Amino acid sequence: MPLGILGKKLGQTRVYNAKGAITSVTVVLAGPNRVLQCKTQQSDGYNAVQLGFDDQKEQRVTKPLLGHIKKFNGQAVKRIQEFRDFTKEVKPGDVVGATLFAPGDFVDAIGLTKGRGFEGVVKRHRFAGGDSTHGAKGWHRRSGAIGQRLFPGTVMRGMRMPGHMGQVRRTVQNLEVIQVREAENILLISGAVPGSKGDYIVIRESKKRPKGWKPHAERAGNADKGKGKKK
Amino acid sequence: MNQAILDKIESEQFRKNPVVFGIGDSVRVHTRVVEGDKERIQIFSGVVIGRRGRGLNETFTVRRISYGEGVERVFPVNSPRVEKVEVERQGSVRRAKLTYLRKRLGKGATLVREKQVKSVTAPAAA
Repeated sequence: MPLGILGKKLGQTRVYNAKGAITSVTVVLAGPNRVLQCKTQQSDGYNAVQLGFDDQKEQRVTKPLLGHIKKFNGQAVKRIQEFRDFTKEVKPGDVVGATLFAPGDFVDAIGLTKGRGFEGVVKRHRFAGGDSTHGAKGWHRRSGAIGQRLFPGTVMRGMRMPGHMGQVRRTVQNLEVIQVREAENILLISGAVPGSKGDYIVIRESKKRPKGWKPHAERAGNADKGKGKKK
Repeated sequence: MNQAILDKIESEQFRKNPVVFGIGDSVRVHTRVVEGDKERIQIFSGVVIGRRGRGLNETFTVRRISYGEGVERVFPVNSPRVEKVEVERQGSVRRAKLTYLRKRLGKGATLVREKQVKSVTAPAAA
């Protein structure tokens, strides 16, 4: 996870690119993130950067956390996230934002999915359920049989059943950065991102890049940056 | 605040030369078509039979009779591929969606009001 940032999902909209093709994008407030601590191989046994997002009043932060933040002259924040092997040189007190990424980069988005509460098998596991007509009576959204007979005499582990759905951490991989709006610290990322509006999300450089991907500087035609461009 | 940012992102993409036409107008829609690495303008002329959506998602539908077959095309109002929309003649209609035109054939499918913008050409939807 070389580069990464803490952000907030603002909503979704659509964007035309230079050719006139439309892409649906998620608008992410990406920063400002404060660098709270830089861990190194010597002092901590591994290299990492701790980023904080969303400024908070000091009295609302626990004293141990405040002490940690003050150690590096930081500012109280609501969210803290550590990124291993940060490829950009930073030091505590620095502020990073949306400009960590460039249009055409591929990122992973990590967030908590929307909570759905206790859901049945049709919604939770995409079971087909039963007929709504043709004489069906009281058997519309059931799961059906869950086992066999005396042998094995038990319900197999992991049998899909109703239960709590959503509100779990999910990662969406390889979303393209369509636009970077420096002034507002905003990233436009193609496609959907887990969570509802206002939720915190982690945007990081994608772990599995698509074939033929090149870093921003090596790509041809970077003059038209700002508007999303497809290869 | 969040909505304000979304609105800003959308409004930046609105077309600089707004298209002005009404329902029932006969229009010529100039669209930019990319063929290979060449770009040319393609014109689709017909009657506007409806507009739907708001803001960036607004689209309009143009209907014409082509070789005896009804053809409808939907254009996003703010698409950069829509170069411009020329109004050939204004139609006088009393509803917002002209779906009834789909059932009509021949002369019944023309709508004309006396106010004319350009010189009279053959009605596109005749």
